[in-house]
Amino acid sequence: MQSKETIVCRCEDITLDEIKTLIEQGYRTIDEIKRVIRAGMGPCQGRTCRMLIAQELAKYYKVPVGEVLMPTFRPTVKPVKLGTFARGE
Amino acid sequence: MQKNANVVIIGGGIIGCSVAYELAIRGVKDIVVIEKNYLSSGATGRCGAGVRQQWGTETNAILARDSVKRFEGMNEELEYDKDIEFKQGGYLMVSYTPEEWNQYKKNVAVQHSLGIPTKMITPQEALEIVPHLNLNGLIGATFCQSDGHANPFHVVDAYYKAAKRLGVKFETYTTVTGITLEKGKVTSVQTTRGDINTSLVINACGYAAGTICKMVDFDLPLYPQRHQALVTEPVEPCQGPMVISLHYRLYCQQTPHGSFIMGVGDPNEPKDFNINSSWEFLEDVARQATTVLPLLKNLRVVRQWSGLYDMSPDANPILDKVPGAEGMWVAAGFSGHGFMVAPQTAVLLVQKILEQECFMPIERFSLNRFSGGNLVLESAVV
Repeated sequence: MQSKETIVCRCEDITLDEIKTLIEQGYRTIDEIKRVIRAGMGPCQGRTCRMLIAQELAKYYKVPVGEVLMPTFRPTVKPVKLGTFARGE
Repeated sequence: MQKNANVVIIGGGIIGCSVAYELAIRGVKDIVVIEKNYLSSGATGRCGAGVRQQWGTETNAILARDSVKRFEGMNEELEYDKDIEFKQGGYLMVSYTPEEWNQYKKNVAVQHSLGIPTKMITPQEALEIVPHLNLNGLIGATFCQSDGHANPFHVVDAYYKAAKRLGVKFETYTTVTGITLEKGKVTSVQTTRGDINTSLVINACGYAAGTICKMVDFDLPLYPQRHQALVTEPVEPCQGPMVISLHYRLYCQQTPHGSFIMGVGDPNEPKDFNINSSWEFLEDVARQATTVLPLLKNLRVVRQWSGLYDMSPDANPILDKVPGAEGMWVAAGFSGHGFMVAPQTAVLLVQKILEQECFMPIERFSLNRFSGGNLVLESAVV
């Protein structure tokens, strides 16, 4: 797979190559990777990239994907306008 | 993990990482930073990311003023391979009540005496700086262009990498479980991954600093207070400064990335370690933000989170030795403004620990101010 051309986080345009580089530099969890490169911080909140990054971490550390620490799942579930909240809807 | 260290720093946030760097750059060897999760996983990574010099107490204003100079040259000083994203779009502090306006006047006098170039401006002038500001009821505003925003994750990452190059060891996902004293002196730190013998411990755990002090039977006068924040989708740059309204309890800024970050203080927040997000916050912040900045009603919220302020009795930090535990220091109680003053706070503390000349009096941050009734209350906290 062409890791320089493979997009892992579509919201923030992060490639597989960038993710692999961070893992090799010692960033150990999805949370750490998210904070230095914004993967998972876009409108979809990591729905696509979270598990892809988990797979890369699992491969690198030779652990089952289920053992990779998940980031906190935060509200809102989907993007909602501030005006909607302000009206108490 | 190593068995011995000259210094053990507990807490891998902005304070722990900057203190580690300032010690290492002054030639101290064998420094270990212990962090229970990952770096910046606590209050630092959850903060509003603002950097302002517009404070009401001289101490905060000096620390912030000198820290701004450090942020300005930080990428170069720390030889950072990324960018700390320091943007000096200013802070616009808007006033909607006469009491607030009087307090701002006093604060600005303090700032001017220290050479901080804050301007007192009319509502019309404020509108020129932030075109979508609500002028209804606005009395005036104060504005300081060199205030701004920096990315907390990258600032910590920059300090971490610089400290690591100087030989500092970082032990993440490691929790401190105890501290051993012999004849009143620190001799070792116990962790979930082994013990480290040391005679110098720096407690930089923010809201958890009290828990660490309890290990040596000292009751630190701190309490945790939850503060929530949210971030919106990114849009084209349209707001230069951070807008703060103490009356509406609101802070709101646009980051270099284009997203808006905002939060409100809740006066009824209980003293508690709870860091869950609440729906009440979403309605509260949305009402305040769309009142002060009506245009924002069209922005979509993508995420909310919360963190804990480490509140001290006068909302000012505690930088002192821990009584009854020789060799142990505490740097906590930043009360929601630790990130912006960290660069120079770390310098001040390290100068004191190494018995060098301090660039400002550190006694103002001592523990005995609480027993002596010598409180210096900070009025300008959101």
